[in-house]
Amino acid sequence: MNGIEIENISKSYGATLALDALTFTVQPGERFGLLGPDGAGKSTLFKILTTLLIPDTGRASVAGWDVNKDFATIRRHIGYMPGRFSLYPDLSVAENLNFFATIFGTKVKANYELIRPIYEQIEPFSKRRAGALSGGMKQKLALCCALIHQPKVLFLDEPTTGVDAVSRDEFWVMLGELKKAGITILVSTPYMDEAARCERVALLQTGKILALDTPANVVNAFNQPLWAVRADNYYQLLLDLRQASFTERAEVFGEFIHLTTHTGTDRESIVAYAQSGGHGNIVVEPAKASIEDVFLALM
Amino acid sequence: MQSYLAFVRKEFYHILRDTRTLVILFGMPIAQVLIFGYAVTNEFRDAPVAVIDNARDELSRELVHELVSSGYFKLVDQPATADELDALFRAGEVKLGVFIPPDFESDFFRRKQTTLQFLADGSDPNYATTLLNYGSQIVGNFQQRHAGGPENYQVGVEMQLMYNPELISAYNFIPGVVAIILLLISAMMTSLTIAKEKEMGTMDLLLVSPLSPLTIILGKVTPYVLLSMSNALLILLLGYFVFDVPVLGSFWLLTGFCLLYVLTALSLGILISTKASSQQAAMMGSLFSLLMPSMLLSGFIFPITSMPWMLQKVSGVIPATYFIELLKGVMLKGLGMQYLWFPTLVLATMTVVLLSLSWFNFKIRTK
Ligand SMILES: Nc1ncnc2c1ncn2[C@@H]1O[C@H](COP(=O)(O)OP(=O)(O)O)[C@@H](O)[C@H]1O
Ligand SMILES: [Mg+2]
Repeated sequence: MNGIEIENISKSYGATLALDALTFTVQPGERFGLLGPDGAGKSTLFKILTTLLIPDTGRASVAGWDVNKDFATIRRHIGYMPGRFSLYPDLSVAENLNFFATIFGTKVKANYELIRPIYEQIEPFSKRRAGALSGGMKQKLALCCALIHQPKVLFLDEPTTGVDAVSRDEFWVMLGELKKAGITILVSTPYMDEAARCERVALLQTGKILALDTPANVVNAFNQPLWAVRADNYYQLLLDLRQASFTERAEVFGEFIHLTTHTGTDRESIVAYAQSGGHGNIVVEPAKASIEDVFLALM
Repeated sequence: MQSYLAFVRKEFYHILRDTRTLVILFGMPIAQVLIFGYAVTNEFRDAPVAVIDNARDELSRELVHELVSSGYFKLVDQPATADELDALFRAGEVKLGVFIPPDFESDFFRRKQTTLQFLADGSDPNYATTLLNYGSQIVGNFQQRHAGGPENYQVGVEMQLMYNPELISAYNFIPGVVAIILLLISAMMTSLTIAKEKEMGTMDLLLVSPLSPLTIILGKVTPYVLLSMSNALLILLLGYFVFDVPVLGSFWLLTGFCLLYVLTALSLGILISTKASSQQAAMMGSLFSLLMPSMLLSGFIFPITSMPWMLQKVSGVIPATYFIELLKGVMLKGLGMQYLWFPTLVLATMTVVLLSLSWFNFKIRTK
């Protein structure tokens, strides 16, 4: 039983309520995504689950062990990659890896198979100081260090933040590989487009869960009409649309404005509204909702 | 055990790969010893001497001649009264004053106890001690020639320092420097390196591992114990070979005291780091709550006896005060444990209390 159970967990820092009675379960072997903007409470939840923080209320268990009572056992069986790069910058790649293997009472060799696909990518730089690595390579090294003792559950707090797009993509591919080893993964990210890489996601906002399901179901639950709109004067159009009577929400979405309308609004009335506002080169198309739209709708 | 060793190795990497740490570890002690040392030492010849000869007999003249012909002293005046001598001292015209008592010769040959008085200008303490040492050595030789055999000595030499009775000199500053440097390395560096782990977030990774708090603490402090001890040895060697500061007592007792004090300082460092979450905070904490009071109030720079009573009380809770007392006892007076048990007991008690406090305060979680 390598899952995670979270029951009614709350935590505040002074007057700030960081987690508000969270309850959810991560299945054994699942790759579960925690999506939320800065300040949503992602790191706080990670610290509670990795036994670094004690929750104010509620109980949680990791791989069947209670986070308060069995913290010593949990610490032996989980891998944790904190939000900030937290290895020793003055130690080389190999020295970092060996150190973490040794303090977990194991050897790099004994677990090499698990990290091989990841470590091979940084092996050419094994003598380089960790502090001198690029963001993507630091992240791979941190993942190797978190995996070197074959944890049952892996906690990755914003592993792709501050990493270039290519490395981000590679990183998710590597997490896919780990699935085969049966490791439960709880991963947080502020990037909505990464939701699709998880089996299930929870949308977190100011300590509350807004939605929890498979990425597809989360998106399907969005049942309002959504339009991608564009015109010459993008910003003015955004302001104008927000004034329109048919508008539920108008949000910036790349080169388009994502416009959510009340049901029953058709394309022609939107175009007519924009024309009456004096806009030129108007484009209005039906759009497919993304997780971000869902998030904005739920907030 | 494996993880302890891995931890110690990692700490050594941190230390050896950081120039700032290396400079503090090895540059500071040498610099301090040399700065303090050379500020207070100088070679001398023809030091100006004034003699008040109240005996005016054959033997007293011979003694004065002997002092002058040694080459170290030059007779500049023979004042009649102590007041005149005092004026000469104030004007800086003499550095050493010699009183010869009346009936010097007759007392000497009648084997009656008699006392010469040597008075030196203590504002330059090391110079003054050197003058007094040379002076009394010359008197010693003089007696030996005239009386034969030390059992027949009756001339006591009474030495007195003007202006600086506590004698801040190489003899004093070597123990002081040892106390400060050990504090710097054991307390400040340890608190800094633990705070650094917290600041970088690596402490979280150490906590989320099977490492016990004991292993973390021992792994952290072991390198600093070794470095502190080698630094203490370095300073004592410098003191011995460059400034002639002796170790009269047992070397092993001295080592034991250093180790005890290092433990006290380490527990202080750990205690500070349990309170400080950043290197900056740890640095400030160590500077203001440890280093400054230890410099100023331990008797290293200012004599404790001349402090206001409130500061004397503060000085009584500073570990360095007791350590300096122990060092001086062993090094300069050659004392053994039977005379030094009190400061030892105080230091040991402090260590036990501080260690339990830091143990109690060591957080196995982030907050
Ligand atoms: N140590 C702390 N002290 C006070 N407030 C904190 C602390 N850590 C986090 N917070 C607050 O708790 C909330 C959640 O923070 P966090 O868990 O770091 O969110 P996230 O990781 O999703 O950005 C934020 O409002 C943040 O300001
Ligand atoms: Mg965070």
